[in-house]
Amino acid sequence: MAEAGAFSIKRLPGFTAVAVTCFVLLYAPIVTLVTYSFNSGTSIAVWEGFSWRWYVAAWHNELVQDAALRSLVVASVASAAATVLATMAALGTTRTRPYRGLTAIYAMINQPLMVPEIVTGVALLIFFALIKTASGYHGLAYLIVAHTAFCIPFAYLPIRARLEGMDSSLETAASDLYATPWLAFRRVTLPLMRPGILAGAMLAFVISLDDVVITELVKSAGQDTLPTYMLGQLRRVITPEMNAISTVLLAISVALVTVIFMISRKKT
Amino acid sequence: MGADTAEVAIRVTGVSKLFGDAEQPVRALDDVSLAIRDNEFFTLLGPSGCGKTTLLRLIAGFDHPTSGSIELHGTDISHLPPYKRSVNTVFQNYALFPHMSVEQNIGFGLEMLGKPREEIEHTVDAMLRLVRMQELRDRRTDQISGGQQQRVALARALAPHPQVLLLDEPLSALDYKLRKEMQIELKRLQHETGITFIFVTHDQEEALTMSERVAVMNAGRVLQVGPPHEIYDRPIERFVADFIGDTNFLGARVQGRNGAAATLRLGCGLELEADLPPELAGASEVTVAVRPEQVTLAPAGEASLKGRLENIVYFGTDTHYHLSLPGGERFTARVQNTRGRRELFAPGSEVGIVIGAGVVQVLRD
Amino acid sequence: MQQAEVRRNVMLSVPALVVLAFAASGPLLIMLVYSFLGAGDYGGVVWHASLEGWQKVFLHRDIFDDTLSLADAHLSIFWRSLSLSFMTTVLALLFGFPTAYFIATRPPRSRNVWLFLITIPFWTNLLIRTFAIMEVIRNQGILNTLLVELGVIVEPIQILYTDVAIMLGMTYVYLPLMILPLYAALEKLDFRLVEAGYDLYATRARVLWRIIVPLVKPGIVAGCILVFIPALGAYVTPRVLGGGKNMMLGNLIELQFGQGHNWPLGAALSITLLVIVMVALLVYVRTVQRGSEHG
Repeated sequence: MAEAGAFSIKRLPGFTAVAVTCFVLLYAPIVTLVTYSFNSGTSIAVWEGFSWRWYVAAWHNELVQDAALRSLVVASVASAAATVLATMAALGTTRTRPYRGLTAIYAMINQPLMVPEIVTGVALLIFFALIKTASGYHGLAYLIVAHTAFCIPFAYLPIRARLEGMDSSLETAASDLYATPWLAFRRVTLPLMRPGILAGAMLAFVISLDDVVITELVKSAGQDTLPTYMLGQLRRVITPEMNAISTVLLAISVALVTVIFMISRKKT
Repeated sequence: MGADTAEVAIRVTGVSKLFGDAEQPVRALDDVSLAIRDNEFFTLLGPSGCGKTTLLRLIAGFDHPTSGSIELHGTDISHLPPYKRSVNTVFQNYALFPHMSVEQNIGFGLEMLGKPREEIEHTVDAMLRLVRMQELRDRRTDQISGGQQQRVALARALAPHPQVLLLDEPLSALDYKLRKEMQIELKRLQHETGITFIFVTHDQEEALTMSERVAVMNAGRVLQVGPPHEIYDRPIERFVADFIGDTNFLGARVQGRNGAAATLRLGCGLELEADLPPELAGASEVTVAVRPEQVTLAPAGEASLKGRLENIVYFGTDTHYHLSLPGGERFTARVQNTRGRRELFAPGSEVGIVIGAGVVQVLRD
Repeated sequence: MQQAEVRRNVMLSVPALVVLAFAASGPLLIMLVYSFLGAGDYGGVVWHASLEGWQKVFLHRDIFDDTLSLADAHLSIFWRSLSLSFMTTVLALLFGFPTAYFIATRPPRSRNVWLFLITIPFWTNLLIRTFAIMEVIRNQGILNTLLVELGVIVEPIQILYTDVAIMLGMTYVYLPLMILPLYAALEKLDFRLVEAGYDLYATRARVLWRIIVPLVKPGIVAGCILVFIPALGAYVTPRVLGGGKNMMLGNLIELQFGQGHNWPLGAALSITLLVIVMVALLVYVRTVQRGSEHG
């Protein structure tokens, strides 16, 4: 059976077409959304011209400012805390001989990845309600603690991956050269872990920034983050202001993920 | 072991190391005792799994003995952590810090010891000159070749001027020519610095060419310690004779005794005298080792021992003659090829084998 | 010395575990307790033991004659959750497999770029992506406009606020989760086996079905689980795309803590969802283990 051109063992008919369609379909809605954020009209479907008005409007919108600030604060604190906790946990669970309880610890650290967010969110709602009535405290701490908890596995995974790839003979060499365990950690282990820690922190930040479900259930009245603000707005008349806010959030996520991608690819 | 006219740098006494659980322990080291002298180039030689690397790690401090003790110039260091021992290691995979430059790697030990900056700079300069790596001082360690990495690892371990330097098969990753160069280099370094070198290898040629004394190890035990020529000429045990160079093993019966010497009748019929090791004073049958190059071949009529020549193999520097002896044992003789020498013997013919006095070594086992 | 090392390792993990116990695992236990309490009138609970919560999950007590019957409303929501999740998984697999295959067969250097392109949507906000899809499928959106322009239909079809919308939305949102494990498996595929298949007279379809698919089965299973489980517990997507009518389990649960004012029922429903998810995970782990046993 003669075929024009070389027979490619990897070619399966239709696959490339489906794949390309997939990519297009994956990006089309996002591209549309971003495009209409620059719409000079008030519709999110009818294009009237290019304008920055919605970005300006969002910038001046007090509710948006409030939500944005809260999002940044929660994400910064939670990702920082989660990264520190995850780094310690990674050091305690990687490159060691298996000990009793290791699997349990590992399961618990990864638990937020396995339990549906709605279940965790509802459980936290119940739990925090108890604390709220008992203490009267209605502040930001609930959100921060909740975010820290589910950010931990996201920070943990890249750090652990980096640690596992590290040659343990380096710490042995440091010890041979008179470095105490603490000095060996500070001068050899930690610097080599740095790309993983950075990646973990940024991932945790993105995850916290993007969270909807848990935040929605845990927050008190008036404690909106950007995603929960947007969720609320979806019930009303939607203007391209939503698109503008979405585009900004998208830009931040994409920027961070790009940096993470580049860090992970550069192997020492 | 051996007269200690020089001071002992490392004394290993009755050291055993067990791995695994209580029911099925793995004896990595079994009651090992050694005395390694100051300013000595000492080699631990043996096949993989013989325990030489384990012993090295115990001396370095990366693990501690299950029983026994290790002393450094008289001080018991058996349970001291590695950063408290004046012992440094050159690792088999070099273990250079990838996030530091060559310079920073070499200076690391001194930094950890809290030496002042000028002293560190001075010593690092001296080390770079010693291993001839001055131009590469600012390079990252993953940007230099394997041979260069090896020299950096050496410099790094020498910089803190330890009392003992441990080298764990440091030349195994290098190609042949580089390895030969580094062997000479290491000898030079040991002489220049005066530091005790403890060298681990499985390559017997390397051990014989470089060491002042060699300890042959197998299955966690030290079988024989001595200078290279003694290990080669007078192997005490079958394993040592077999592991180092080629050997012919012949069975013999003890005919009579005269003090330490005994008259032996070999299985092939030849009678000769040899010294019996004290452990075999009461034995009636022993095994005897004969090196192939220490016998001479002669026309059949001129020697008391005759064998049938089965095969001749030409090797460039010498020729191997594979013979079968009366009684069935096989024997290999090696004759150096000199120019113009004609082949006197034909396969299938009878050849005389001359085994001189003192060439035969009675083995302990 | 080994004991000390183990203790040190455990201590290092403790702070993280404490936070997780406080804000992730612990509250689950409290929720379990709550499912066995009575419902307060305006939300919250009344502290006396009751099985009403659990009962209401499956059964419905008629207000007038006090008889028990199957809670049709709830059961239809269960059914919608399961069937929509299942169909989403199938759709994701149909689209995801060729895409993962495509990426895996690109030259090594460009593969990372393609992977990066797939990963980006994955890390962007779920809500934003759902919102983006909503804009596309609404009556004035691109899809309908396009179909009308092409003459396929006369007037816009109502896609938004239907089950189909939810399914499309979930497929869109969870597609990267299917592609990544599929890609991981396909990337390790030894194409010499494919060559052997062609050498032995197999057609392309046969090679796909009898050689490629069985070899990447672990990846397929992983991808399906990675889509099915989040789909089952979806909340945002059905809420935004389904309006108020087409509820999935996640929405039903949230309702109990809002207007439904039935916390014990909400707790019981949550636990039910959790159990289903755990079972699915167990099936996955078992399949992976058996797969690695057979080599």
